[in-house]
Amino acid sequence: MRKKIYMDYAATTPVDPRVVKAMLPYLSKKFGNTMSLHSFGQEAKQALEESREVVANLMGAKPNEIIFTSSATESNNLALKGIAFANKEKGRHIIISQIEHPCIMESARWLETQGFEVTRLKVDKYGLVDPEDVKKAIKKNTILVLIMHANNEIGTIEPIEEIGRICKERGVYFHTDAAQTFGKIPIDVNKMNIDLLTASSHKMYGPKGVAALFVREGTKIEPLIHGGGHEAGLRSSTVNVSAIVGLAKACEICKKEMKKEGQRLIKLRDKLIKGILEKIPDSHLNGHPKNRLPNNANFWFSFVEGESMVIQLDLLGIAASTGSACSSAKLEPSHVLLAIGLKPQEAHGSLRLSLGRWTTEKEIDYVLEVLPEVVKKLRKISPFKK
Amino acid sequence: MKRIGLYTRKVIEHFQKPHNWGKMKNPDGVGKVGNIICGDVMWLYIKVGKDKKGREIIKDVKFETFGCVAAIATSSVITDLVKEKPLEEALEFDRKEIVKELGGLPPVKIHCSVLAADALYEAIYDYLKKQKREIPERLLKAHQRIERDKKEIEKRYKEWIKIEEEMYKK
Repeated sequence: MRKKIYMDYAATTPVDPRVVKAMLPYLSKKFGNTMSLHSFGQEAKQALEESREVVANLMGAKPNEIIFTSSATESNNLALKGIAFANKEKGRHIIISQIEHPCIMESARWLETQGFEVTRLKVDKYGLVDPEDVKKAIKKNTILVLIMHANNEIGTIEPIEEIGRICKERGVYFHTDAAQTFGKIPIDVNKMNIDLLTASSHKMYGPKGVAALFVREGTKIEPLIHGGGHEAGLRSSTVNVSAIVGLAKACEICKKEMKKEGQRLIKLRDKLIKGILEKIPDSHLNGHPKNRLPNNANFWFSFVEGESMVIQLDLLGIAASTGSACSSAKLEPSHVLLAIGLKPQEAHGSLRLSLGRWTTEKEIDYVLEVLPEVVKKLRKISPFKK
Repeated sequence: MKRIGLYTRKVIEHFQKPHNWGKMKNPDGVGKVGNIICGDVMWLYIKVGKDKKGREIIKDVKFETFGCVAAIATSSVITDLVKEKPLEEALEFDRKEIVKELGGLPPVKIHCSVLAADALYEAIYDYLKKQKREIPERLLKAHQRIERDKKEIEKRYKEWIKIEEEMYKK
Protein backbone atom coordinates (compact mmCIF):
# COMPACT_ATOMS: atom_id res chain seq x y z
CA MET A 1 0.00 0.00 0.00
CA ARG A 2 1.34 3.40 -0.95
CA LYS A 3 1.75 6.28 1.47
CA LYS A 4 -1.43 8.12 2.34
CA ILE A 5 -1.90 11.50 0.69
CA TYR A 6 -3.55 14.22 2.74
CA MET A 7 -5.33 16.82 0.62
CA ASP A 8 -7.72 18.23 3.18
CA TYR A 9 -5.56 20.93 4.79
CA ALA A 10 -8.53 23.31 4.71
CA ALA A 11 -10.27 21.02 7.22
CA THR A 12 -7.30 20.83 9.55
CA THR A 13 -3.52 20.56 9.46
CA PRO A 14 -1.04 18.42 11.35
CA VAL A 15 0.88 20.27 14.07
CA ASP A 16 4.34 21.18 12.82
CA PRO A 17 7.01 19.24 14.78
CA ARG A 18 8.68 22.58 15.64
CA VAL A 19 5.40 23.68 17.19
CA VAL A 20 5.09 20.47 19.21
CA LYS A 21 8.61 21.00 20.52
CA ALA A 22 7.81 24.54 21.62
CA MET A 23 4.62 23.42 23.36
CA LEU A 24 5.91 20.46 25.34
CA PRO A 25 7.56 22.30 28.27
CA TYR A 26 4.28 24.13 28.91
CA LEU A 27 2.41 20.87 29.39
CA SER A 28 4.69 19.54 32.11
CA LYS A 29 7.43 21.66 33.67
CA LYS A 30 6.00 25.11 32.98
CA PHE A 31 2.40 24.29 33.85
CA GLY A 32 1.55 27.35 35.95
CA ASN A 33 -1.71 29.28 36.01
CA THR A 34 -1.20 32.73 34.50
CA MET A 35 -3.23 34.27 37.34
CA SER A 36 -0.93 32.92 40.09
CA LEU A 37 1.45 35.30 41.79
CA HIS A 38 4.27 32.82 42.32
CA SER A 39 7.05 32.03 39.89
CA PHE A 40 5.14 29.15 38.23
CA GLY A 41 2.32 31.50 37.42
CA GLN A 42 4.56 34.32 36.30
CA GLU A 43 6.53 32.02 34.03
CA ALA A 44 3.28 31.04 32.32
CA LYS A 45 2.13 34.66 32.23
CA GLN A 46 5.34 35.69 30.52
CA ALA A 47 4.93 32.98 27.88
CA LEU A 48 1.36 34.13 27.32
CA GLU A 49 2.33 37.76 26.79
CA GLU A 50 5.25 36.88 24.54
CA SER A 51 2.94 34.73 22.46
CA ARG A 52 0.42 37.57 22.25
CA GLU A 53 3.11 39.76 20.77
CA VAL A 54 4.04 37.22 18.11
CA VAL A 55 0.42 36.65 17.07
CA ALA A 56 -0.27 40.41 16.99
CA ASN A 57 2.84 40.93 14.91
CA LEU A 58 1.66 38.64 12.11
CA MET A 59 -1.35 40.89 11.46
CA GLY A 60 0.13 44.28 12.28
CA ALA A 61 -1.86 44.63 15.51
CA LYS A 62 -0.87 45.71 19.02
CA PRO A 63 -0.46 42.91 21.59
CA ASN A 64 -3.27 44.27 23.78
CA GLU A 65 -5.64 43.91 20.81
CA ILE A 66 -5.34 40.10 20.77
CA ILE A 67 -7.79 37.94 22.72
CA PHE A 68 -7.11 34.21 22.90
CA THR A 69 -10.10 31.90 22.59
CA SER A 70 -10.69 28.16 22.18
CA SER A 71 -11.60 28.07 18.48
CA ALA A 72 -12.35 30.17 15.42
CA THR A 73 -16.00 29.36 16.05
CA GLU A 74 -15.73 30.94 19.50
CA SER A 75 -13.88 33.98 18.10
CA ASN A 76 -16.60 34.49 15.51
CA ASN A 77 -19.36 34.06 18.09
CA LEU A 78 -17.66 36.56 20.39
CA ALA A 79 -17.21 39.08 17.60
CA LEU A 80 -20.73 38.85 16.26
CA LYS A 81 -22.70 38.55 19.49
CA GLY A 82 -20.29 40.68 21.51
CA ILE A 83 -20.58 43.59 19.07
CA ALA A 84 -24.32 43.12 18.70
CA PHE A 85 -25.00 43.27 22.44
CA ALA A 86 -22.59 46.12 23.16
CA ASN A 87 -23.92 48.35 20.39
CA LYS A 88 -27.64 47.62 20.30
CA GLU A 89 -28.40 51.11 21.53
CA LYS A 90 -26.82 52.46 18.35
CA GLY A 91 -28.59 50.01 16.08
CA ARG A 92 -29.60 46.43 15.50
CA HIS A 93 -28.64 45.89 11.88
CA ILE A 94 -25.84 43.52 10.86
CA ILE A 95 -24.52 42.76 7.37
CA ILE A 96 -22.95 39.41 6.46
CA SER A 97 -22.47 37.52 3.20
CA GLN A 98 -24.36 34.44 2.04
CA ILE A 99 -21.22 32.32 2.08
CA GLU A 100 -19.95 32.75 5.64
CA HIS A 101 -18.92 29.76 7.74
CA PRO A 102 -21.79 27.98 9.54
CA CYS A 103 -20.66 29.48 12.88
CA ILE A 104 -21.46 32.93 11.47
CA MET A 105 -24.62 31.88 9.60
CA GLU A 106 -26.03 30.21 12.71
CA SER A 107 -24.99 33.01 15.11
CA ALA A 108 -26.66 35.53 12.80
CA ARG A 109 -29.79 33.40 12.59
CA TRP A 110 -29.88 33.27 16.41
CA LEU A 111 -29.39 37.04 16.68
CA GLU A 112 -32.46 37.44 14.49
CA THR A 113 -34.47 35.67 17.18
CA GLN A 114 -33.08 38.23 19.65
CA GLY A 115 -34.43 41.21 17.75
CA PHE A 116 -31.53 41.93 15.42
CA GLU A 117 -31.87 42.39 11.68
CA VAL A 118 -29.46 40.59 9.36
CA THR A 119 -28.74 41.35 5.70
CA ARG A 120 -27.09 38.52 3.82
CA LEU A 121 -25.25 39.88 0.79
CA LYS A 122 -25.27 37.79 -2.35
CA VAL A 123 -22.07 36.85 -4.15
CA ASP A 124 -21.25 36.51 -7.84
CA LYS A 125 -20.53 33.22 -9.62
CA TYR A 126 -16.99 33.21 -8.24
CA GLY A 127 -18.15 33.84 -4.69
CA LEU A 128 -17.10 37.51 -4.64
CA VAL A 129 -18.93 40.08 -2.55
CA ASP A 130 -19.34 43.40 -4.39
CA PRO A 131 -18.11 46.27 -2.16
CA GLU A 132 -20.80 48.44 -3.79
CA ASP A 133 -23.40 46.10 -2.32
CA VAL A 134 -21.88 46.65 1.11
CA LYS A 135 -22.09 50.40 0.60
CA LYS A 136 -25.74 50.17 -0.44
CA ALA A 137 -26.68 47.85 2.41
CA ILE A 138 -25.29 50.04 5.21
CA LYS A 139 -28.12 51.85 6.96
CA LYS A 140 -28.33 54.34 9.81
CA ASN A 141 -28.76 51.53 12.33
CA THR A 142 -26.03 49.25 10.93
CA ILE A 143 -23.51 48.34 13.62
CA LEU A 144 -21.42 45.63 12.02
CA VAL A 145 -20.30 44.38 8.62
CA LEU A 146 -18.91 40.87 8.61
CA ILE A 147 -17.29 39.44 5.48
CA MET A 148 -14.89 36.51 5.53
CA HIS A 149 -11.36 37.03 4.22
CA ALA A 150 -11.39 33.88 2.10
CA ASN A 151 -14.02 31.20 1.73
CA ASN A 152 -13.24 27.85 3.33
CA GLU A 153 -14.93 25.80 0.60
CA ILE A 154 -14.20 27.50 -2.71
CA GLY A 155 -11.12 29.50 -1.66
CA THR A 156 -12.22 32.83 -3.11
CA ILE A 157 -10.47 35.81 -1.50
CA GLU A 158 -12.85 38.70 -0.82
CA PRO A 159 -12.01 42.37 -1.48
CA ILE A 160 -11.83 43.12 2.25
CA GLU A 161 -9.53 46.12 1.94
CA GLU A 162 -12.18 47.95 -0.06
CA ILE A 163 -14.95 46.79 2.24
CA GLY A 164 -12.89 47.91 5.24
CA ARG A 165 -12.49 51.36 3.74
CA ILE A 166 -16.22 51.68 3.18
CA CYS A 167 -16.96 50.62 6.76
CA LYS A 168 -14.45 53.11 8.13
CA GLU A 169 -15.99 55.93 6.11
CA ARG A 170 -19.44 55.04 7.38
CA GLY A 171 -18.35 54.50 10.99
CA VAL A 172 -19.44 50.85 11.09
CA TYR A 173 -17.40 48.07 12.69
CA PHE A 174 -15.85 45.64 10.21
CA HIS A 175 -15.12 42.05 11.20
CA THR A 176 -13.40 39.51 8.98
CA ASP A 177 -13.13 35.78 9.50
CA ALA A 178 -9.53 34.99 8.52
CA ALA A 179 -9.56 31.35 9.65
CA GLN A 180 -8.44 30.23 6.18
CA THR A 181 -6.01 33.07 5.44
CA PHE A 182 -4.15 33.93 8.64
CA GLY A 183 -0.59 32.67 8.21
CA LYS A 184 -1.16 31.91 4.54
CA ILE A 185 -1.47 35.33 2.91
CA PRO A 186 -0.41 38.76 4.25
CA ILE A 187 -2.81 40.55 6.58
CA ASP A 188 -2.47 44.08 7.92
CA VAL A 189 -5.40 45.10 10.10
CA ASN A 190 -4.55 48.79 9.80
CA LYS A 191 -4.06 48.91 6.06
CA MET A 192 -7.22 46.85 5.59
CA ASN A 193 -9.26 48.89 8.10
CA ILE A 194 -10.27 45.80 10.05
CA ASP A 195 -11.80 46.26 13.51
CA LEU A 196 -12.13 42.59 14.40
CA LEU A 197 -10.43 39.53 12.95
CA THR A 198 -10.72 35.82 13.67
CA ALA A 199 -7.53 33.77 13.39
CA SER A 200 -7.38 29.98 13.68
CA SER A 201 -4.48 27.84 14.87
CA HIS A 202 -5.21 24.34 13.57
CA LYS A 203 -5.44 25.53 9.96
CA MET A 204 -1.86 26.82 10.11
CA TYR A 205 0.00 23.91 11.69
CA GLY A 206 -0.75 24.93 15.28
CA PRO A 207 -2.71 22.83 17.79
CA LYS A 208 -6.50 22.54 17.98
CA GLY A 209 -8.37 24.10 20.88
CA VAL A 210 -6.92 27.60 20.49
CA ALA A 211 -7.62 30.61 18.29
CA ALA A 212 -7.41 34.38 18.47
CA LEU A 213 -9.67 37.35 18.03
CA PHE A 214 -8.23 40.73 17.15
CA VAL A 215 -10.31 43.52 18.68
CA ARG A 216 -9.20 47.04 17.76
CA GLU A 217 -8.48 49.28 20.74
CA GLY A 218 -11.55 51.25 21.71
CA THR A 219 -14.05 48.81 20.16
CA LYS A 220 -17.26 48.41 22.15
CA ILE A 221 -17.73 44.69 22.76
CA GLU A 222 -19.38 42.51 25.41
CA PRO A 223 -17.87 39.21 26.62
CA LEU A 224 -19.78 35.93 26.23
CA ILE A 225 -17.92 34.11 29.00
CA HIS A 226 -17.85 35.75 32.41
CA GLY A 227 -15.57 34.74 35.26
CA GLY A 228 -12.11 35.57 36.54
CA GLY A 229 -11.54 38.38 34.08
CA HIS A 230 -8.92 36.76 31.87
CA GLU A 231 -8.06 38.24 28.49
CA ALA A 232 -8.86 41.80 29.53
CA GLY A 233 -12.22 40.65 30.82
CA LEU A 234 -13.35 39.58 27.37
CA ARG A 235 -12.85 35.88 27.77
CA SER A 236 -12.67 34.38 31.23
CA SER A 237 -11.23 30.85 31.50
CA THR A 238 -7.92 29.51 32.77
CA VAL A 239 -5.50 30.26 29.97
CA ASN A 240 -4.45 27.35 27.72
CA VAL A 241 -0.80 28.36 27.74
CA SER A 242 0.74 25.40 25.92
CA ALA A 243 -1.70 25.75 23.01
CA ILE A 244 -1.14 29.50 22.85
CA VAL A 245 2.63 28.99 22.81
CA GLY A 246 2.01 26.54 19.96
CA LEU A 247 -0.07 29.05 18.04
CA ALA A 248 2.65 31.66 18.46
CA LYS A 249 5.31 29.26 17.21
CA ALA A 250 3.09 28.42 14.24
CA CYS A 251 2.81 32.17 13.50
CA GLU A 252 6.55 32.60 13.69
CA ILE A 253 7.09 29.80 11.17
CA CYS A 254 4.35 31.06 8.83
CA LYS A 255 5.78 34.57 8.91
CA LYS A 256 9.20 33.32 7.93
CA GLU A 257 8.00 30.91 5.23
CA MET A 258 4.81 32.56 3.95
CA LYS A 259 6.13 34.10 0.75
CA LYS A 260 8.08 31.11 -0.49
CA GLU A 261 5.48 28.59 0.64
CA GLY A 262 2.69 30.60 -1.00
CA GLN A 263 4.50 30.62 -4.32
CA ARG A 264 5.19 26.90 -4.08
CA LEU A 265 1.55 26.09 -3.30
CA ILE A 266 0.19 28.32 -6.07
CA LYS A 267 2.34 26.43 -8.56
CA LEU A 268 1.12 23.08 -7.32
CA ARG A 269 -2.50 24.28 -7.11
CA ASP A 270 -2.47 25.60 -10.66
CA LYS A 271 -0.95 22.39 -11.95
CA LEU A 272 -3.70 20.44 -10.21
CA ILE A 273 -6.50 22.68 -11.52
CA LYS A 274 -5.19 22.72 -15.07
CA GLY A 275 -4.60 18.98 -15.06
CA ILE A 276 -8.05 18.11 -13.78
CA LEU A 277 -9.91 20.45 -16.12
CA GLU A 278 -7.93 19.04 -19.04
CA LYS A 279 -8.16 15.38 -18.14
CA ILE A 280 -11.74 15.12 -16.92
CA PRO A 281 -14.53 16.00 -19.35
CA ASP A 282 -17.45 17.97 -17.89
CA SER A 283 -15.39 19.18 -14.95
CA HIS A 284 -15.70 22.72 -13.64
CA LEU A 285 -13.74 24.90 -11.23
CA ASN A 286 -15.57 26.40 -8.26
CA GLY A 287 -14.37 29.76 -6.97
CA HIS A 288 -12.29 32.49 -8.52
CA PRO A 289 -9.59 31.39 -11.01
CA LYS A 290 -7.02 33.88 -9.68
CA ASN A 291 -8.26 35.49 -6.46
CA ARG A 292 -8.13 32.29 -4.49
CA LEU A 293 -6.26 30.75 -1.58
CA PRO A 294 -2.85 29.40 -2.62
CA ASN A 295 -3.84 25.96 -1.33
CA ASN A 296 -7.46 25.57 -2.48
CA ALA A 297 -8.82 23.70 -5.50
CA ASN A 298 -12.55 22.99 -5.72
CA PHE A 299 -14.41 21.37 -8.61
CA TRP A 300 -17.72 19.96 -9.60
CA PHE A 301 -18.09 17.02 -11.93
CA SER A 302 -21.28 16.38 -13.84
CA PHE A 303 -23.15 13.08 -13.30
CA VAL A 304 -21.30 11.93 -10.16
CA GLU A 305 -21.88 12.34 -6.45
CA GLY A 306 -19.28 13.70 -4.04
CA GLU A 307 -19.37 11.20 -1.20
CA SER A 308 -18.73 8.35 -3.62
CA MET A 309 -15.73 10.24 -4.97
CA VAL A 310 -14.36 11.00 -1.49
CA ILE A 311 -14.68 7.37 -0.33
CA GLN A 312 -13.21 5.97 -3.55
CA LEU A 313 -10.28 8.40 -3.25
CA ASP A 314 -9.85 7.44 0.39
CA LEU A 315 -9.62 3.78 -0.63
CA LEU A 316 -6.87 4.85 -3.03
CA GLY A 317 -5.07 6.70 -0.23
CA ILE A 318 -6.18 10.27 -0.94
CA ALA A 319 -8.03 12.37 1.67
CA ALA A 320 -10.39 14.98 0.14
CA SER A 321 -13.77 16.53 0.94
CA THR A 322 -17.11 17.39 -0.69
CA GLY A 323 -20.03 19.79 -0.33
CA SER A 324 -22.52 17.09 -1.30
CA ALA A 325 -25.61 16.65 0.84
CA CYS A 326 -24.89 12.94 1.20
CA SER A 327 -21.92 13.78 3.38
CA SER A 328 -23.88 16.06 5.68
CA ALA A 329 -26.39 15.32 8.41
CA LYS A 330 -28.87 17.80 6.94
CA LEU A 331 -29.00 16.07 3.53
CA GLU A 332 -28.77 19.49 1.92
CA PRO A 333 -25.88 20.54 -0.28
CA SER A 334 -23.41 23.27 0.71
CA HIS A 335 -24.93 26.75 1.07
CA VAL A 336 -21.76 28.21 -0.46
CA LEU A 337 -22.09 26.21 -3.69
CA LEU A 338 -25.77 27.11 -3.97
CA ALA A 339 -24.93 30.79 -3.37
CA ILE A 340 -22.52 30.83 -6.33
CA GLY A 341 -25.34 29.55 -8.50
CA LEU A 342 -24.82 25.81 -8.63
CA LYS A 343 -27.94 23.68 -8.86
CA PRO A 344 -28.31 21.14 -6.04
CA GLN A 345 -27.42 18.27 -8.39
CA GLU A 346 -24.26 20.13 -9.40
CA ALA A 347 -23.29 20.84 -5.81
CA HIS A 348 -23.64 17.10 -5.11
CA GLY A 349 -20.77 16.50 -7.51
CA SER A 350 -18.31 18.81 -5.78
CA LEU A 351 -14.84 17.90 -4.60
CA ARG A 352 -12.39 20.03 -2.61
CA LEU A 353 -8.68 19.30 -2.66
CA SER A 354 -6.68 21.53 -0.32
CA LEU A 355 -2.90 21.49 -0.22
CA GLY A 356 -0.41 22.27 2.50
CA ARG A 357 3.10 22.29 3.88
CA TRP A 358 3.79 18.64 3.11
CA THR A 359 2.11 18.42 -0.29
CA THR A 360 4.55 17.40 -3.02
CA GLU A 361 4.44 17.52 -6.80
CA LYS A 362 4.51 13.73 -6.80
CA GLU A 363 1.28 13.72 -4.82
CA ILE A 364 -0.33 16.09 -7.32
CA ASP A 365 0.76 13.77 -10.12
CA TYR A 366 -0.78 10.79 -8.34
CA VAL A 367 -4.10 12.61 -7.91
CA LEU A 368 -4.04 13.58 -11.59
CA GLU A 369 -3.44 9.95 -12.43
CA VAL A 370 -6.23 8.39 -10.35
CA LEU A 371 -9.00 11.02 -10.14
CA PRO A 372 -9.99 10.80 -13.84
CA GLU A 373 -10.42 7.04 -13.43
CA VAL A 374 -12.52 7.48 -10.28
CA VAL A 375 -14.87 9.92 -12.02
CA LYS A 376 -15.03 7.75 -15.15
CA LYS A 377 -15.95 4.66 -13.18
CA LEU A 378 -18.71 6.40 -11.21
CA ARG A 379 -20.09 7.94 -14.38
CA LYS A 380 -20.36 4.49 -15.93
CA ILE A 381 -22.81 3.41 -13.19
CA SER A 382 -24.68 6.72 -13.23
CA PRO A 383 -27.94 6.97 -15.19
CA PHE A 384 -27.12 10.58 -16.14
CA LYS A 385 -24.04 10.03 -18.26
CA LYS A 386 -24.07 11.60 -21.68
CA MET B 1 -18.52 -6.97 10.69
CA LYS B 2 -15.23 -5.21 10.09
CA ARG B 3 -15.58 -1.59 9.06
CA ILE B 4 -13.62 0.54 6.65
CA GLY B 5 -14.29 4.06 7.90
CA LEU B 6 -18.03 4.73 7.76
CA TYR B 7 -18.98 1.49 6.07
CA THR B 8 -18.72 -2.29 6.47
CA ARG B 9 -16.31 -4.21 4.29
CA LYS B 10 -19.26 -5.71 2.42
CA VAL B 11 -20.60 -2.26 1.53
CA ILE B 12 -17.20 -1.21 0.26
CA GLU B 13 -16.89 -4.42 -1.79
CA HIS B 14 -20.21 -3.77 -3.52
CA PHE B 15 -19.34 -0.10 -4.01
CA GLN B 16 -15.99 -0.87 -5.57
CA LYS B 17 -17.12 -3.80 -7.70
CA PRO B 18 -20.85 -3.42 -8.12
CA HIS B 19 -22.75 -6.38 -9.58
CA ASN B 20 -25.20 -6.14 -12.50
CA TRP B 21 -24.65 -2.48 -13.30
CA GLY B 22 -25.42 -0.77 -16.58
CA LYS B 23 -28.29 -0.08 -18.90
CA MET B 24 -30.51 -2.96 -20.02
CA LYS B 25 -31.72 -3.20 -23.61
CA ASN B 26 -35.46 -3.71 -23.94
CA PRO B 27 -36.28 -4.31 -20.28
CA ASP B 28 -39.68 -5.69 -19.34
CA GLY B 29 -39.97 -3.27 -16.44
CA VAL B 30 -38.11 -0.19 -15.17
CA GLY B 31 -38.23 1.37 -11.70
CA LYS B 32 -36.96 4.93 -11.43
CA VAL B 33 -36.78 6.26 -7.89
CA GLY B 34 -34.99 8.91 -5.87
CA ASN B 35 -34.42 12.53 -6.52
CA ILE B 36 -31.35 14.21 -7.93
CA ILE B 37 -31.95 17.19 -5.67
CA CYS B 38 -31.40 14.98 -2.63
CA GLY B 39 -28.48 13.32 -4.30
CA ASP B 40 -29.65 9.73 -4.85
CA VAL B 41 -31.20 8.37 -8.03
CA MET B 42 -31.69 4.67 -8.81
CA TRP B 43 -32.91 3.10 -11.98
CA LEU B 44 -33.60 -0.62 -11.83
CA TYR B 45 -34.31 -2.70 -14.95
CA ILE B 46 -35.82 -6.20 -14.96
CA LYS B 47 -36.36 -8.89 -17.53
CA VAL B 48 -39.03 -11.44 -16.70
CA GLY B 49 -38.80 -15.07 -17.78
CA LYS B 50 -40.06 -18.48 -16.67
CA ASP B 51 -38.40 -21.25 -14.71
CA LYS B 52 -38.79 -25.00 -15.33
CA LYS B 53 -41.94 -25.09 -13.27
CA GLY B 54 -43.41 -22.36 -15.45
CA ARG B 55 -43.32 -19.72 -12.72
CA GLU B 56 -42.49 -16.17 -13.63
CA ILE B 57 -39.04 -15.22 -12.44
CA ILE B 58 -36.77 -12.18 -12.60
CA LYS B 59 -34.50 -13.55 -15.30
CA ASP B 60 -32.19 -10.59 -15.41
CA VAL B 61 -31.77 -7.39 -13.45
CA LYS B 62 -29.54 -4.36 -13.86
CA PHE B 63 -29.16 -0.98 -12.24
CA GLU B 64 -27.87 2.53 -12.84
CA THR B 65 -27.32 4.75 -9.82
CA PHE B 66 -26.23 8.31 -9.13
CA GLY B 67 -25.46 8.66 -5.47
CA CYS B 68 -23.35 7.96 -2.45
CA VAL B 69 -21.49 4.79 -1.53
CA ALA B 70 -24.55 3.36 0.25
CA ALA B 71 -26.80 4.08 -2.73
CA ILE B 72 -24.47 2.21 -5.07
CA ALA B 73 -23.93 -0.70 -2.66
CA THR B 74 -27.64 -1.20 -1.95
CA SER B 75 -28.40 -1.09 -5.68
CA SER B 76 -25.78 -3.74 -6.31
CA VAL B 77 -26.86 -6.01 -3.47
CA ILE B 78 -30.56 -5.95 -4.36
CA THR B 79 -29.78 -7.19 -7.86
CA ASP B 80 -28.01 -10.19 -6.29
CA LEU B 81 -30.88 -10.81 -3.90
CA VAL B 82 -33.66 -10.87 -6.51
CA LYS B 83 -31.98 -12.33 -9.57
CA GLU B 84 -33.70 -15.57 -10.64
CA LYS B 85 -36.24 -15.11 -7.84
CA PRO B 86 -39.90 -15.90 -8.62
CA LEU B 87 -41.81 -12.69 -9.19
CA GLU B 88 -44.18 -13.57 -6.36
CA GLU B 89 -41.29 -13.79 -3.91
CA ALA B 90 -39.74 -10.57 -5.18
CA LEU B 91 -43.03 -8.86 -4.45
CA GLU B 92 -42.63 -9.77 -0.80
CA PHE B 93 -39.08 -8.46 -0.73
CA ASP B 94 -38.15 -6.86 2.59
CA ARG B 95 -35.60 -4.03 2.56
CA LYS B 96 -34.14 -5.34 5.82
CA GLU B 97 -32.60 -8.13 3.76
CA ILE B 98 -30.40 -5.52 2.09
CA VAL B 99 -29.13 -4.12 5.38
CA LYS B 100 -28.56 -7.65 6.70
CA GLU B 101 -26.67 -8.71 3.60
CA LEU B 102 -24.45 -5.62 3.84
CA GLY B 103 -23.70 -6.18 7.52
CA GLY B 104 -25.38 -2.91 8.45
CA LEU B 105 -25.55 0.67 7.22
CA PRO B 106 -24.93 3.97 9.07
CA PRO B 107 -28.30 5.26 10.38
CA VAL B 108 -28.35 8.25 8.01
CA LYS B 109 -27.96 5.85 5.09
CA ILE B 110 -30.85 3.49 5.86
CA HIS B 111 -32.96 5.48 3.40
CA CYS B 112 -30.73 4.11 0.62
CA SER B 113 -32.02 0.59 1.35
CA VAL B 114 -35.58 1.93 1.23
CA LEU B 115 -34.78 3.47 -2.13
CA ALA B 116 -33.37 0.20 -3.51
CA ALA B 117 -36.44 -1.78 -2.43
CA ASP B 118 -38.66 0.92 -3.93
CA ALA B 119 -36.80 0.69 -7.23
CA LEU B 120 -37.60 -3.04 -7.31
CA TYR B 121 -41.32 -2.49 -6.49
CA GLU B 122 -41.55 0.15 -9.17
CA ALA B 123 -39.88 -2.08 -11.76
CA ILE B 124 -42.36 -4.91 -11.07
CA TYR B 125 -45.24 -2.44 -11.03
CA ASP B 126 -44.10 -1.14 -14.40
CA TYR B 127 -43.92 -4.68 -15.78
CA LEU B 128 -47.37 -5.68 -14.56
CA LYS B 129 -48.87 -2.44 -15.80
CA LYS B 130 -47.37 -2.87 -19.25
CA GLN B 131 -48.78 -6.40 -19.30
CA LYS B 132 -52.14 -4.90 -18.32
CA ARG B 133 -52.29 -7.28 -15.41
CA GLU B 134 -53.84 -6.85 -12.04
CA ILE B 135 -51.59 -5.06 -9.52
CA PRO B 136 -51.44 -6.80 -6.12
CA GLU B 137 -52.59 -4.56 -3.30
CA ARG B 138 -49.22 -4.49 -1.54
CA LEU B 139 -47.51 -3.29 -4.70
CA LEU B 140 -50.19 -0.72 -5.41
CA LYS B 141 -49.80 0.69 -1.93
CA ALA B 142 -46.04 0.85 -2.31
CA HIS B 143 -46.44 2.63 -5.64
CA GLN B 144 -48.81 5.17 -4.14
CA ARG B 145 -46.45 5.82 -1.23
CA ILE B 146 -43.50 6.32 -3.61
CA GLU B 147 -45.53 8.77 -5.70
CA ARG B 148 -46.57 10.62 -2.57
CA ASP B 149 -42.96 10.82 -1.35
CA LYS B 150 -41.88 12.14 -4.72
CA LYS B 151 -44.43 14.93 -4.55
CA GLU B 152 -43.50 15.65 -0.95
CA ILE B 153 -39.83 16.06 -1.85
CA GLU B 154 -40.71 18.32 -4.77
CA LYS B 155 -42.87 20.43 -2.48
CA ARG B 156 -40.24 20.62 0.24
CA TYR B 157 -37.61 21.50 -2.31
CA LYS B 158 -39.78 24.24 -3.75
CA GLU B 159 -40.18 25.85 -0.34
CA TRP B 160 -36.50 25.59 0.26
CA ILE B 161 -35.76 27.28 -3.08
CA LYS B 162 -38.18 30.02 -2.09
CA ILE B 163 -36.18 30.70 1.08
CA GLU B 164 -33.02 30.94 -0.98
CA GLU B 165 -34.66 33.32 -3.43
CA GLU B 166 -35.86 35.53 -0.62
CA MET B 167 -32.35 35.60 0.77
CA TYR B 168 -31.12 36.79 -2.61
CA LYS B 169 -33.67 39.59 -2.69
CA LYS B 170 -32.61 41.05 0.65
